[in-house]
Amino acid sequence: MSLDLVFDYVFSPAFFDGALLTLLITVTSLFFGMIAGLVVALLQESRIKPLQMLTLVYLWLFRGTPVLFQIIFIYNVLPTFGVMLSAFASAVIALSLNEGAYMAEIIRSGLQAVKKGQRTAGLALGMTRFSVMRYIVIPQAARIVLPPTGNQMIGMLKTSALVSVVAVEELLLVANQTASANFKYFEALTAAGIYYLALTTIFMSLQYLLERALDRKRPREKRRPVSLMTRLTALTAKTEPR
Amino acid sequence: MKNREHMPLLEIMGINKSFGDLKILKSCSLNVRSRETMVIIGPSGSGKSTLLRCINLLEPADDGNIFFEGNDIARELRRAPEVRREIGMVFQNFELFQHLTAIENIMLAPMKVLGMSRSDAHDVAMDLLKKVRIPERADFFPDELSGGQQQRIAIARALAMKPKLMLYDEPTSALDPEMIREVLDVMAELSSEGMTSIVVTHEMGFAKRAADQIVFMEDGEVIENAPRDSFFGGTVNERATRFLDQILH
Repeated sequence: MSLDLVFDYVFSPAFFDGALLTLLITVTSLFFGMIAGLVVALLQESRIKPLQMLTLVYLWLFRGTPVLFQIIFIYNVLPTFGVMLSAFASAVIALSLNEGAYMAEIIRSGLQAVKKGQRTAGLALGMTRFSVMRYIVIPQAARIVLPPTGNQMIGMLKTSALVSVVAVEELLLVANQTASANFKYFEALTAAGIYYLALTTIFMSLQYLLERALDRKRPREKRRPVSLMTRLTALTAKTEPR
Repeated sequence: MKNREHMPLLEIMGINKSFGDLKILKSCSLNVRSRETMVIIGPSGSGKSTLLRCINLLEPADDGNIFFEGNDIARELRRAPEVRREIGMVFQNFELFQHLTAIENIMLAPMKVLGMSRSDAHDVAMDLLKKVRIPERADFFPDELSGGQQQRIAIARALAMKPKLMLYDEPTSALDPEMIREVLDVMAELSSEGMTSIVVTHEMGFAKRAADQIVFMEDGEVIENAPRDSFFGGTVNERATRFLDQILH
């Protein structure tokens, strides 16, 4: 076991690129997954029966099968129908669709947590259904949805390791290949672990900052007790000779 | 000119409303003239709230007509947002938008529905906050306000759209007794200034003070519809008298 080798790996271009690809897969899949989730959640809210059925089938398929299965399926089966996709694209599509199914449930529960009376009040003011959604329901639902979404973000970072099965050169595959060349598993996997922890730490911090930003009451409550410093400077400003 | 003033602003003609097999409104008819205040009383479940919700099309009436400024709006569900701009509504549970401050609650609809600029909407909202006597609470969130304050903000929010008609759906039923007065005072003041209003309430004191017309509903029917003085003069229907006895103990 050599810590030097761990550091060599951490700073090697191969590991760095692997980590970058892991991040890229995670962020793009999250992006498209959240859009899919929002669309599906809003479709479920709509009163159009066929669309509701369609979303139910989608949720049933993607929550009912393993992600690993979905990745392999999209990569290996779609080409037989003439849809040729790169490994990266297949991976992102599979992860996005899977993420969408879970986000849809999270967003739907958030939308439902906003009481019906809030919508009625918006409608009674002459707002359209769209405006009520946009300015009243979604801002309130966002706060409810954020903590579970943070979990999903961190989960996705880890789930992205599964795409190594379709030979996308992400972090875990790089580590595994490196180790199998010289059997130094401890060093290679530790280096990968460090990257994973660093990335999840960044995600957790982002979640924390976002939660703080959405909590609008905080800044004002801070404002009420005026700090000693401002009180002192205000005092001097007043007593300053003109 | 005078004649026009006395043309009904709202004319409800024979509306019915059922939820499934349950008949909530049975051929209800009412007239509200401009600048008048109508108080609707009656036992719970008598259809008072549903009637209000039919007027601003939150619930579509099954049949009948609702003339607002001479136009039948009862079937105009597509135009519902336009109709609702002109009709303010205040709810039992206030329903202030929880993510917005008091003043933002008032500013939202003028900005998003009428396209008013932020600074104009702010001025309008500030004036209304003064009108409902809580300008100092402008930057508070709803959950930092008392029930009475929340309801006054809700009234200001409805007024910000400059409605021609105000609907109050049991505005003081969710309030602690000591806060009822401050809300009723604001409502009575608006009525005396000529704000056309329909108020569903159990507050007979308010009815005596501010109502021009009093309507008694029971089982989805308008049982009695009388000017205030004859209503309290005792020349009313026996069921209404019994109800009055009950709520006045």
